[in-house]
This record gives sequence, structure tokens and C-alpha cells, in this order.
Amino acid sequence: MAEKEYAYFSGCSLEGTAKEYDESLRAIMKALGVNLVEPDDWSCCGSTPAHTVDHVFAAALAARNLTLVEKMNKDVLTTPCPSCLMAFKKAQFNMSRDEAFKDEVNGLLDEAYNCGVESKSSLQVIYEDIGLDAIAARVTHIMPDLKVAPYYGCILSRPPEIAQFDDPENPVSMDKVLSAAGIQVQDFAFKMECCGAAFGVPKREMVNRLSGKVLEMAIDAGANCIAVACPLCQQNLDLRQEQVNKTTGSNYNIPVIYFTQLIGLAYGLSPKELGMDKVIVSADSITRRITREEYEKIKADEAAAKKPQKAKKDAAAEETNN
Amino acid sequence: MDTINLTEKTDWAFIEEVKKESGQNPALCYQCGNCTAGCPYTQYFDYPVSMVMRLLQAGQKETILTSKAIWLCATCETCTTRCPCEVDVAHIMDTLRIIARREGKVSEKDVQLFYDSFLDSMKKHGRIFEMGILMGYKFKSGQFMGDAELGPKVMSKGKISLFPKTIKGADKVAQIFNRFQEKAKKHG
Repeated sequence: MAEKEYAYFSGCSLEGTAKEYDESLRAIMKALGVNLVEPDDWSCCGSTPAHTVDHVFAAALAARNLTLVEKMNKDVLTTPCPSCLMAFKKAQFNMSRDEAFKDEVNGLLDEAYNCGVESKSSLQVIYEDIGLDAIAARVTHIMPDLKVAPYYGCILSRPPEIAQFDDPENPVSMDKVLSAAGIQVQDFAFKMECCGAAFGVPKREMVNRLSGKVLEMAIDAGANCIAVACPLCQQNLDLRQEQVNKTTGSNYNIPVIYFTQLIGLAYGLSPKELGMDKVIVSADSITRRITREEYEKIKADEAAAKKPQKAKKDAAAEETNN
Repeated sequence: MDTINLTEKTDWAFIEEVKKESGQNPALCYQCGNCTAGCPYTQYFDYPVSMVMRLLQAGQKETILTSKAIWLCATCETCTTRCPCEVDVAHIMDTLRIIARREGKVSEKDVQLFYDSFLDSMKKHGRIFEMGILMGYKFKSGQFMGDAELGPKVMSKGKISLFPKTIKGADKVAQIFNRFQEKAKKHG
């Protein structure tokens, strides 16, 4: 496989509370032969707070980083964080369509941005550029106890005009990527319902209640694990899960794991290397791994055991019919 | 339900201001309520989002700018995605927040304070220093005990740094803040 290379923007959360997302993404990209190169001295994208101040200002904070990517002679940037992604995509969308807006943004920057960078979520890169066959080919281990509810959060595929990825109401990319990695996924109606986003600190109870619904729906869907692609979703659902229990009088105890960590486990990487010890609700009891060969042997044995039974049943049925 | 005399109380300049700054035409909204039906926050809003749109069509500046709704919107983009008239509703909500800030009419002070703590940290370090934001927020809001139990959890996992990491180009990021503030001052 030819080696791919992307400009990589991890974002601030992945240096702190979402360290394991960065570690696991880097680990699986390495396994898939993809190089990630960080722009030198990148800065915060501005996220939600900046766009409550001013649209030009918010675009400038994001575009400073896009200029750095242009200087690397790269035209595609990938970021695992949906909030960073949206900041970059909105800056790109508005600057490339409105010359006056672009001039205003560049007026705030030291070095102008020339609108030459397309930003993609890391999920999109894995799903579209690497592809399901390559993802499946690297699998060495199966986790037979795992039943995952893939949770996308609000903005990975919304609004469709700007996101330009997957379906805005029923995205399937993470479902397919996890399935390709040999992981059982459950149909999950709340895959895009908001977890409470950035309100955790000022509006804790509201966030707990919204997150509680997501946890409840995942369990109702038959899942014993939630897969996420967003640092904020992970924090609200995992770090705040005990708060959710207190606020809503519940007793949830469901692991919330980055989809990249799950793929890494299927690739036989060590839990330590994937930051599995960094999540609050442990996934140890549901991530028992057996090798692919062992799994296939078990399946073949099961099928063989069923065959004579089926033959007996058929014969019995025939007898009754006669 | 309140009765509003539209002949006397419609602020046409406000409608124009929102139109110009958002690039959206609120008159396209025919009040189907699809945005409100999908809004995950609607139970916490004082005015559901479709009602904010209607108040906007009627130029009810004061009611909108002092509403809680505009500050409890998380920009989840569900309304924008589902609007049959293709109005970018979330962008209108965003524009209303910007105007409310500019006019000093923010109703949800805690939300604004959290956003400001975030931006302060960014201006200082170029990146976000999570612990710094939290402490900044606690000091300014006086809510010292909020989320206190989360501290040991993240600490034990080695996920949060006690010391900020300042990027080399932090001054360049601060320059963006300064240039914006100068420009905002000039334009009043």
C-alpha cells in the first residue's frame, strides 16, 4: 500500500482530557501506513466560544492554522475533533465564497490564508480514503463480548452543505468502519442526538439530563459500549456518567470508548498504547480478545455441531410428514 | 399569550441588522415548527427556536436579545439541517448571540463567563489550558464547588495538566484578538 500523508490537527482537548483519542488515532494510522504531520506551532481553533463573539474573528482564529497547513504545501488537513473540524470548514466555506469576508479575515491575520486547504474529519479519512477493505485486512483480534452503539454527536455530518460527509440524519460511516474491524454494532436511534455539548461547566444539570438520554437509548439498543468520535461527547458521557446517575437517579455503568481505540484493540495493539486505562468507566470486562484464527475455528466448530443436529431435525420432520 | 402591537413595536432596523449580519432572510420562515421539533434544548428554552424566528420577523429586539434561548443553543445544527425553507437557523441564533453581547444584554451570564474564560486562556497561551479555564470560571462565577469531584478523576488518569503550555506564536494569536478589538472599537 502506498503510504498516505496528511496534515494533522489534534486540537487542544487531545492534549488534555482526550489524550487517549490522540494516542489511539496515531497508533491505528501507523498500523494502516498513514503518516500524520502536525503543523508547527498550531493554535486553538476558537471552537464554540469564538463564534459567539464575531464571525470574522472566529474565522481568523481558525484560518491561522489553515495558513500553517498551506505553508506545509499540504491541501488536506485531518482533525479528529468535530468542533475543530467545524471551525475550519466554516472558515473555508465562508472565505472561499465571499471575497469581502475573506479580506476582513485576512485583515486580522499576520499571514493571509488563500483558501487552499480542505479539512476532513479523521473518521472521513479512515472511511473514504483508507477504505473498508484496508481496515478489515489489518484485523487480528475479535472481541466476542462487545456490542457497540456508534455515537456520532451533532456536527460530523451537519449541516450537510458545510460538512459534505455521510448522511446528516442517519450517518453510517462509523457503523461500517467498526463492522469492517470485526466489531458488532447495534442499530442506535440516538446516534446524533446532542449530549449537551460545551455547557458542562455552566449548565451541568442540563448536560447530565441530555447525556442520560443518550446512555439510556444505547442500553435499550442492546449495546454494552458506546463508540465516540468527539472529545466533548466522551467527556459528557464518561467523565460525567456518575453525575448523570446522581442527577437522573440512574445506575449507568457503560464504557464510552473512542472508535479509534476499538479499532486498535481489533488490530491487536496493547490497551496501554491505546490509552484504555484513561477512560473512567472501564471497558476491561467487555473487551476480551481472541485471535481471528481462534474465532474462526470456534465459528466453524459451532457450524459443524449444528449440521448433524439440523440433519437429524430434517429427518425427523420428514418422518412426521410421511 | 402576549399581544404585540406590530405597527408601534416592530424594530425594522433590527430585522435589517440580523439579515445583513447573518446573510439569512427570516421572512422565509413559515412557522412549520420543524426546528423546534428537533431541538434537543427546547425544554430549557424560554422561547422555542421557531418562536425566536417569529419574534425576529416581528422585530421584537428586546425580547430576543434578553432571551435565555439564544444562549442555551449549542449550535448542534439540527434546525438548520431540517428547515424546509433552507434558512440557516443556527447561524441566525449565533448572530443574535453576537448582537446581544455587543449590546451588553446577555441573559445567561454563566454561559458567557465560561466562553470568556476559554477565550482568555486562548489569548494568553495560544492553546486551551483546561485547568486554567476551569479555575478562571470558578473565580469569576464564585461557583467553587461545581464539578469538584471530577478533579481527582482526571488527575488520576494523567489527563489534565496543572501547568499551561504556551505556544511560540501565542503573541500572534493575541494579535488577532487585539486587531479585532481595535476594529470593533472603531466601528462602535
